[in-house]
Amino acid sequence: MVRIKNAFAKFYLALIILFLYIPILVLIVLSFNSSRSRVVWEGFTFEWYVKLFSNQQILDALQTTLVLGLVSAAIATIIGVLAALGIQNMRKNGYSVVMSITNIPILNADIVTGIAMMLWFVKFLPLGFTSVLIAHITFGIPYVILSVMPKLRGMNVHIYEAARDLGAGSVYAFFKIVLPQIASGVVAGFFMALTMSMDDFVITYFTKGAGVNTLSTMIYGEIRKGIKPEMYALSTIIFAVILVILIIVNKMSANSEAEHMKDNVERVR
Amino acid sequence: MLTAAVATLCLAACGQKGDANTLTVINYGEYIDPDVLKSFTDETGIEVLYEEALTPEEMYTKYMSGAIDYDLLCTSDYMVKRLIDEGEAQPVDFASMENAGNIGDEYWKFSEAFDPGNKYSLPYFYGTVGLLYDTTKVKEPIDSWEVLFNGQYKNDIIMQNSQRDTFMVTLKYLGYSLNTTSEEELREAKDLLQKQKPDVQAYLVDEARDEVVAGNAAMAVVYSGEAYLGHEYNEDLAYVVPKEGSNVWIDSWVVTKKCKNTEAAAKFLDYLCRDDIAYKNFEYIYYSTPNEAAVEMMPDELKNNPAIVPTKEDIANCEVCTQTDEATVELYNELWKELKSTD
Amino acid sequence: MKKRLPATPYLIWMIGFVICPLIAIAISAMTDKEGNITFENIFAIGDSINGQALLFSLAIAVGCTVICILLAYPTALVLRSMKFRKNGFTLFILILPMWMNFILRILAWQMILSKNGLLNLLLASIGLKPLEIANTPVALMIGMVYDFLPYMIMPVFNAISDIDEDVIDAARDLGAGKLNIFKKIILPLSIPGMLSGIVMVFVPAMTSFVIADILGGGKVQLIGNIIEQEFMKSMNWHLGSGLSISLMVMVMLGLAFTMKNDHGERDGGLW
Repeated sequence: MVRIKNAFAKFYLALIILFLYIPILVLIVLSFNSSRSRVVWEGFTFEWYVKLFSNQQILDALQTTLVLGLVSAAIATIIGVLAALGIQNMRKNGYSVVMSITNIPILNADIVTGIAMMLWFVKFLPLGFTSVLIAHITFGIPYVILSVMPKLRGMNVHIYEAARDLGAGSVYAFFKIVLPQIASGVVAGFFMALTMSMDDFVITYFTKGAGVNTLSTMIYGEIRKGIKPEMYALSTIIFAVILVILIIVNKMSANSEAEHMKDNVERVR
Repeated sequence: MLTAAVATLCLAACGQKGDANTLTVINYGEYIDPDVLKSFTDETGIEVLYEEALTPEEMYTKYMSGAIDYDLLCTSDYMVKRLIDEGEAQPVDFASMENAGNIGDEYWKFSEAFDPGNKYSLPYFYGTVGLLYDTTKVKEPIDSWEVLFNGQYKNDIIMQNSQRDTFMVTLKYLGYSLNTTSEEELREAKDLLQKQKPDVQAYLVDEARDEVVAGNAAMAVVYSGEAYLGHEYNEDLAYVVPKEGSNVWIDSWVVTKKCKNTEAAAKFLDYLCRDDIAYKNFEYIYYSTPNEAAVEMMPDELKNNPAIVPTKEDIANCEVCTQTDEATVELYNELWKELKSTD
Repeated sequence: MKKRLPATPYLIWMIGFVICPLIAIAISAMTDKEGNITFENIFAIGDSINGQALLFSLAIAVGCTVICILLAYPTALVLRSMKFRKNGFTLFILILPMWMNFILRILAWQMILSKNGLLNLLLASIGLKPLEIANTPVALMIGMVYDFLPYMIMPVFNAISDIDEDVIDAARDLGAGKLNIFKKIILPLSIPGMLSGIVMVFVPAMTSFVIADILGGGKVQLIGNIIEQEFMKSMNWHLGSGLSISLMVMVMLGLAFTMKNDHGERDGGLW
């Protein structure tokens, strides 16, 4: 009985994962399609993977996308973690107001956020890489805060207070005691901000300057004439790289956790 | 602290802004061979900051917000007219250009519809709007827009998801001008579209061609250049400009009022007109080029393909869209919203 | 840790880059082309066409949220029963698809659902009749559920996996049946997570327009499509701004109402 239920549970989970990954599979298959059209299958080829590396525009866009994503996610994480620490200590009213503001970028349609920022930036900042960076940081921060807040709430405050009582400075105590406890939230927040930055089109489009291209803006430019197969190839590579990184990170953290457990067990003995 | 931060950001951003030897250009997506931009810079030393957009409205929005000072814009007929009317275009001396003569006289004449006297705009690519259909599904030859409205191809029709193109088809079918300002005629067109809506499989812009190629629909309203590409992927596809007439569209270059480096802009336009460069762009885009020297360079099968070089009869039967009258544009928007939200 | 100081850079940032742009939009919403003050654009959301689109979007967004809950809840329970570590691999598995460009993924769905698409190919191969769901609200819903499901699974899973196994054991020892354990323990304790999920699904579903354009075949008009049209096609920024401001206020009020009953935790963890 239990086994049947278990099998059913696994089957259900597999269906959900299939649902989430089916379009990805389609795109991966397309990256090996020797036809330029996405609706015609003409046979298997590696051509697009080869061509990709001689396409300077795509490589430039990739570089911009990665720099933009990593820098904006890093800054968003720093500001967001600090913000979460402060918001945690706010009184109820202040807390509600700040959390409402935090939700605005998530709440608004992208196009509204994008045009609003463009209208505002025009007043003091020429559009270029910097303006997109600011925009990406802005919509990245809420994800960091929303990832970190629950960790902070679930944290054992007494250890921190004990450390402070014993004379640890607040910065020292933060790095020694708070950060390790909220680390998974921080990593998740950073990763979310990075993902959002990589995937955004509308806001980037309205806040970028001429000559600044991300992969998303390039793909949109290509829609009318047909997406270039090189794009599918690049997406597949990015996907594969991220997947491998995640598996490694997961293995490593699983190992370190196992060791941690062993330590604890030994200490108890 | 914020002021200081903003100040540094400003400085950093200003550093990226162009010097005298730079042109800032906005064009439709995938509408120039990137190698052309590169060779232009190599030959002239002028850097090109290149930007892409999907629709004329997007370009207008970005330009008018003052966010970026574009020197050159490549956009469509009615938007060219709007820019000229609003005083945003700068006159260009095309006569003094070495290669502008490669553009055929008839295309200059077309341009007069939105640019009287050819003072501001340089034709870049043009084409017709017509029907792309699958001959395995549509047995009889098509010569009229009627097939879209007679209910014969239920759920097999793809219309353009753009109010101008969709209304154009209907107005032409009803025998009106596509530049009509008559509310009565537009409402009649809208009623017909409303009646047609249940038969329409989808209103698409960019994916219309692919849907016909894949056999998901029997026919679609498309631009002529798309028809050529569609035929490349699926030999059963045919393209026709219906006898009631259609729209001939022209995408043209305009030098903006904000452009300071007019000499560089003129060089850029002249460069695009050079026969080898125009041909290179044609080979990248496969839309109809008004550059007669480039047409000369084409192999015969392309020269004789009506999707690449529209026939004189087709063109004579077509109108250029110059609709910019504000009240009419508002009516269009209203009718379009009604059409889309009522079943 | 009684200091609120660390939030300062954030507050300055948000005022500079969220509030100020919002004010710019609000000003545009409350003026007309001549620059006179008007509330017409704000109230335009009540017009018959806009109102209809609003109601339709509401229906779609509610439907999408409900389906997401129905799919996500069992997923979260399964993940818990399989002892998946919180915040580890699960999160990554769920947001990994987002590393493929959004528009490419939606175009892929179009290929799957279209008349000669992969789904119908599969159905035909097992002898079933093809489905005609391409370019209908059904396709639109599939696309939306696909896009937003991870945002529901994560918070619900987080809330459920936070429940202490001891509590459930205790209840069982005291004779509670499975149904009772679910009703009295798991469900109430998962509500904060579900509420975060609702926010993360309902809000974007209410304002999105790209999915409707591609998968809905342009035949369905959501309020997001109208706003986009006003900004990008009709170039009527004042109306577009007015509609977005009223939409935003409505969504915020709706959320405040939903959250009213959530006294315990201040909000559920997102991931």
